[in-house]
Amino acid sequence: MSTGGSSSEQNSKRFLCVNRRAPHGTIYALESLEVVLAATAFEQRVTVLFLDDGVFQLVKNQNTDALGVKNFSPTYKALEMYEVERVVVERESLDRRGISEDDLIIPVDVLAEDEISELFESHDILLNF
Amino acid sequence: MIRPIAANPQKAAQKEGIIASMKFAVVVNEGPYQHQAADTAFNFSRAVLERGHQIDRVFFYHDGVNAATRLAVPPQDDRDITRKWSQLADEHGLDLVVCVAAAQRRGIIDADERRRHGKDADNIAPGFRISGLGQLIETAIDADRVVVFGD
Repeated sequence: MSTGGSSSEQNSKRFLCVNRRAPHGTIYALESLEVVLAATAFEQRVTVLFLDDGVFQLVKNQNTDALGVKNFSPTYKALEMYEVERVVVERESLDRRGISEDDLIIPVDVLAEDEISELFESHDILLNF
Repeated sequence: MIRPIAANPQKAAQKEGIIASMKFAVVVNEGPYQHQAADTAFNFSRAVLERGHQIDRVFFYHDGVNAATRLAVPPQDDRDITRKWSQLADEHGLDLVVCVAAAQRRGIIDADERRRHGKDADNIAPGFRISGLGQLIETAIDADRVVVFGD
């Protein structure tokens, strides 16, 4: 499913963490965020990509009270501080769900579907959540 | 060009000067018996080793950590996924690492964790060890290929 490839430096690789699922209902989004933070702690170059229902993870003003689970969405605001290189959201995924960039909790790079495939090409490690 | 499949792919690769032995990192993201990914990850790992490649580490995450309990009792006519991993680890010196945060949530616990959290038992199976997410990042850096088994 994912490949590592050649890297310019021995101890630095380009990680692409792909989030495809809604923030709640399953634990994937939360545990993916933990991987992202771990990768930056190892001073790796990390891009985080939100696709499909994954775009809901970044929606502002989430309220999880009725669900009885933690609202971890404010943590996305820390991605910049953790020196995540790039946060990318697929345009078509936003459009299909009626979400605009203004609805998101942090500034992101919005890329079209065909540009996303280039993103996959340009990273060494692909982790899917 | 379509090439016939070599009887001994590794030897054929050597002849052509292709890297004959690769170092893999395997990530298991789904739970045993719940999801085929848990079986496929094992079958892939065994095949990799049989072909003379190396496995740098197997990292268990999400519900994948449930493969590390020695207290599961699958029916006798079914496969025992945990035992298969333990045996493979024993035969090949595999490093089976269970993510500590994912394990704590799901009640996978070793003797150290049991003491630290004042629990009355531990359940980790032979060959597995509990450690942090840094072990996933580290093996991703060190391995030639990272293969993720998930949904």
